[in-house]
Amino acid sequence: MSANNSSGLPQVSDRLAYNAMRNWRERLIEGLLLAAAAVSVLTTLGIVYVLVSESVHFFAKVSIVDFLTDTQWTPLFDDAHFGIMVLISGTLVSSFVALAVAIPMGTIIAIYLSEFADSRVREVAKPILELLGGIPTIVFGYFALLVVTPILQTIFPSLPGFSLLSAGLVMGIMIVPYVASLSEDAMRAVPMSMREGAYAMGSTKLYTAIHVVVPAAVSGLAASYILGISRAVGETMILAVAAGMQPNLTWNPMEQAATITSYIVQVALGDLPHGSIGYQTIFAAGLTLLMITLLFNILGQWLRAKYREAY
Amino acid sequence: MQIHDNPTLKAEARNLNFFYGEAKALKNINMPIYDKKVTALIGPSGCGKSTYLRSFNRMHDLYPGNRYEGEIRFFPDNTNLLAAEVDPIEVRMRIGMVFQKPNPFPKSIFENVAYGLRVRGENNKRVLDDKVEHALKGAAIWDEVKDRLADLASNLSGGQQQRLCIARALATDPELLLFDEPTSALDPIATGAIEELIHELKKRVTILIVTHNMQQAARVSDYTAYMFLGEMVEFGKTDEIFIKPKDKRTEDYITGRMG
Ligand SMILES: Nc1ncnc2c1ncn2[C@@H]1O[C@H](COP(=O)(O)OP(=O)(O)OP(=O)(O)O)[C@@H](O)[C@H]1O
Ligand SMILES: [Mg+2]
Repeated sequence: MSANNSSGLPQVSDRLAYNAMRNWRERLIEGLLLAAAAVSVLTTLGIVYVLVSESVHFFAKVSIVDFLTDTQWTPLFDDAHFGIMVLISGTLVSSFVALAVAIPMGTIIAIYLSEFADSRVREVAKPILELLGGIPTIVFGYFALLVVTPILQTIFPSLPGFSLLSAGLVMGIMIVPYVASLSEDAMRAVPMSMREGAYAMGSTKLYTAIHVVVPAAVSGLAASYILGISRAVGETMILAVAAGMQPNLTWNPMEQAATITSYIVQVALGDLPHGSIGYQTIFAAGLTLLMITLLFNILGQWLRAKYREAY
Repeated sequence: MQIHDNPTLKAEARNLNFFYGEAKALKNINMPIYDKKVTALIGPSGCGKSTYLRSFNRMHDLYPGNRYEGEIRFFPDNTNLLAAEVDPIEVRMRIGMVFQKPNPFPKSIFENVAYGLRVRGENNKRVLDDKVEHALKGAAIWDEVKDRLADLASNLSGGQQQRLCIARALATDPELLLFDEPTSALDPIATGAIEELIHELKKRVTILIVTHNMQQAARVSDYTAYMFLGEMVEFGKTDEIFIKPKDKRTEDYITGRMG
């Protein structure tokens, strides 16, 4: 306490002044925090506003039914078609390939790190894993194009130079650290008493990991998978570099195809006039992408609520 | 309390020492565990009761740096549970454990009880159904859960969860059951149910129980061991320990705690 009177005891009025000062400081900090939170919320709202308002112009010219059912995507041709499924198929196939790599590998690495590795191994492995997550995706893109595609071509001679398979595999490798790191956190949060209960029943480490720790961590695992899905659906550079940019309605990973994201970069890099229909497709495609990620996030929230940890 | 004069040995600690790294937590413990009897471990906090109990099913093997010295002989086969060549998993197959806080697995009630059976490779539906029902009845919880076996175990109350954990341990017919303060997280009614259960169980299984509650030790056990600072100060029939303890330290502790 700052000010004392001659008897050495703080006076009531001093204490009040001090409290008022503290209140004022706390309000200021609170306000700053609120402002920081508001910036991110407002940015998100702004993005949604731009996407929606531009898409409104787009859907004034193209019907939603055509948008969803047309099997061609040729917005820049004279005979323009706007079938978003063409781009969605590329996005889904490449994401599926990526997740087929990232989810099993990420989970296995997480199980190993959390349940088997001794603390020294973990202390080295985790930072390395997180470092992998910091590699720019353009590097992964060229890695896919220049290293992985040629290797795949020796196995599948018919594989074209650009393919969803190659891009998807590398995208999966890129996502592994995210899935592994979050999954490991989720499994380490499972209390030791739960594991002790399993060991006391005579189970082995592996049996405990699979039958007790993984189910106990399921909501955290689901969250890590959802993050992986969002990363895959939203990934751009790897696909732009290694998957080709030809719109192609296909469910075959051995083909090349554009995805929603790679289409957006392609158009954004071109010089389409502002306000033209071609320009507006970017926003319609972006809105579709947002919807897909939103869908997965809602699914994730629902899974979390359903399998909330009981410990 | 009726105690027969020549009880059979189920286990025996011989010159048992235990170390957490450099710290010696158990000091030269010698103590018999009699077959189909309840033996209570009492003593002040930190005296090594849990450490001793967890030596029986080799729980200390789960953490690095722990070390046993001496033996725990297990009968009738006279195996040394602590021998390096004895697989801790084999030991845990024979010795069940119930913890201080109920720790049901994130599974259904049925699967919790079937867990140990599945670990042992049993997957026959009829056998599982049978043994699960039997174990739940043995743990006096069957009537409460028989209509909701598929529910998550975490939806049960604390006392029910603890009885479920007892059923889980019983399902595999252990020879020895270890209880580490099984009622310290429960209310008096749930505690009473568990004590009654322990009384029933000793017809089938040998029990070693840690408790802080002197009344509980006096009510449920046939034998009592008093531990202090890692040593086994006194072991004897429960009535004798409580009525005329030989050691001054035991007497002080019991009179202090009984009030
Ligand atoms: N993991 C550990 N590492 C190091 N020392 C430990 C560990 N666990 C327990 N100890 C020490 O060993 C001694 C015995 O502990 P233990 O848990 O067996 O006591 P306890 O009699 O069960 O006590 P309580 O009644 O409080 O449960 C204590 O001094 C404790 O600090
Ligand atoms: Mg203890």
